[in-house]
Amino acid sequence: MTRQVLKRLAGMVVVLLLVCLFTYVIFFVLSPDPAVQICGKNCTPAKIDQIRDNLGLNRPFWAQFWTFLSGLFVGRTYGEGIQCSAPCLGYSFQSSQSVTSMMVQRFPVSLTVAVGAAVLWLLAGLVSGLIGAINEGKFIDRFISGLTFAGMSIPNYVLALVLQFVLVVTLRWLPFPQAVAFGDDPVQWFLNFLMPWIVLAVGYAASYTRLTRANVIEALQENYVRTARSKGLRPSVVWRRHALRPALTPIVTIFGMDFAGLLGGAVITETVFGLNGIGKMASDAITKNDQPVIMGVTLLAAFLVVVGNMVVDLVYTAIDPRVRIGASA
Amino acid sequence: MSIATTISEVGGDTEPTLTDAPRRGSKIIRDILSSPGSALSAAYIVLVLCMAVFAPLIVKLSGWGPYAFDEAAIDPNMGGVPVGSLGGISSDHWFGVEPVNGRDIFARIVYGARASMVIALASTALTTLMGVIFGLVAGYFGGIADTIISRLMEFLMAFPALIFMIAILSALPADNRQYLLVLVISVFGWPYLARVVRGQTLSLKQREFVESARASGAASSQVIFREILPNLLPTIIVMTTLAIPGYIGTEAGLSFLGVGVVPPTPSWGQMIAASTNWYSVDPMFFIFPGLFLFMLVLSFMVLGERVRRVVEVGEISS
Repeated sequence: MTRQVLKRLAGMVVVLLLVCLFTYVIFFVLSPDPAVQICGKNCTPAKIDQIRDNLGLNRPFWAQFWTFLSGLFVGRTYGEGIQCSAPCLGYSFQSSQSVTSMMVQRFPVSLTVAVGAAVLWLLAGLVSGLIGAINEGKFIDRFISGLTFAGMSIPNYVLALVLQFVLVVTLRWLPFPQAVAFGDDPVQWFLNFLMPWIVLAVGYAASYTRLTRANVIEALQENYVRTARSKGLRPSVVWRRHALRPALTPIVTIFGMDFAGLLGGAVITETVFGLNGIGKMASDAITKNDQPVIMGVTLLAAFLVVVGNMVVDLVYTAIDPRVRIGASA
Repeated sequence: MSIATTISEVGGDTEPTLTDAPRRGSKIIRDILSSPGSALSAAYIVLVLCMAVFAPLIVKLSGWGPYAFDEAAIDPNMGGVPVGSLGGISSDHWFGVEPVNGRDIFARIVYGARASMVIALASTALTTLMGVIFGLVAGYFGGIADTIISRLMEFLMAFPALIFMIAILSALPADNRQYLLVLVISVFGWPYLARVVRGQTLSLKQREFVESARASGAASSQVIFREILPNLLPTIIVMTTLAIPGYIGTEAGLSFLGVGVVPPTPSWGQMIAASTNWYSVDPMFFIFPGLFLFMLVLSFMVLGERVRRVVEVGEISS
């Protein structure tokens, strides 16, 4: 088991390094000269050259990449006096702030959006998937299945606009979402975040519904379920121990990866509602062409996905007896 | 988000079984269209395709081009809100006009169909090509090729595709954006098909007819093109149709975020983005592009699901 974990960890480090390199190369090649950006209006070629020299932009690619990498662990200094401490993902000269501190400021909003949506889509997906599986082929099953198609097809920014128009403008049931802190006013917090949660959750809920339904139906047809039934186990026990458990374990995997992906910012949802999370930060950075921020968010997202992947694998080994036996063999 | 899920889901839960006897194409198509839902979906897709192909003609009929400003249709005193009710719908402007500049929404929807269709179909074609080639090579030849391709696939699938697409597209120059979109979508899309193709090639390789072809001295290329590829066809068709809605959504999403199709060329995602500031005063501005986009994705999904059932189970065919 320990060897497995170590092997996975090593693989993870390699993937992350590759991601860093890949992203860095792309931005190294493509990004506009940061020296020109910093230099501003009254710029002379000599001044640009001096800034480039200060920032180390004249050094060879590998040297710069090394500075970037080591900056992630020990921090670095930009030119004269701009400190960027420990996990230094870069420095945004446009907002005069290190990318890491920008992320730390905005992470709570992204976390709130992601957690709330996850609760919503898990509940909705599992419940309606189960209802569909129990009533396979009946009207309610077909109805739910139709809804899932709609849910997977509606782009979330369209859904966001529709909901805003109906719930905020026409019916005035909800306020226009703002990032109210939970501590300030729990009720307002809930009302403000409700719409972003729904918008983000609908697509996931639809695919989780389909997944749950298919898995449960498949599990119910297994021989061991038949055996369990025929030996007279109570239906509730059959459901819980023999049908649901194997049907839901794959969902844990997918959930872990989806959720990890969202922690890196729900770009579209946050942008549509103007919620200041990491996703909004990314889309703002795109508009302003603030490359260090875009790169930082990309790396953060990749990191979360890779780590999430690993955690999921480990959890999976813990909850699925078949994998556990396979691993120790 | 939902874009990424759609793509990954398409790859995830569909691993069609190999069908034995290939059925006649016309029969399959009849089977597919025999359900009202998929027939309607197909009809809508054909409609959008026609819009895309005949856009210049249609726009001539309706009277206003996609780039023409109609200052008479907006009210400058009201901050540029369209004149008349429902976003300025009239016999002149069938779907009303955009606020501020008064461009005809109908014409822009018609031209926007081009962006959607061209990018989605081109991405599909490129993804399929790459997925099939890499999947076949990895599955058939094995060895180092397999290791490299498999690692590459894992790497690409572990990547936060949406954020990365945004990052690349925002960093690249905006000319030729359409080609870049196709390229970027395909680069992140092919592993989902390749993974399945690889798996099936591995198992097909073990079958008697492939072994006998090899034993009788057929070259690798012959075995691949004459024996294996025809048997992969059902899988490829199914996975491809199921992937199209994801690409449409991705294009629209990227355009919505401002890194997709470059203005003034119209695209539905971009129109929706422009409408976000107006939804309270002029809801028609987002309802039209939103509805067209939603229906297109939905139609492809319904049709794709139907294709999967018909090809996979051979439903109704017996």
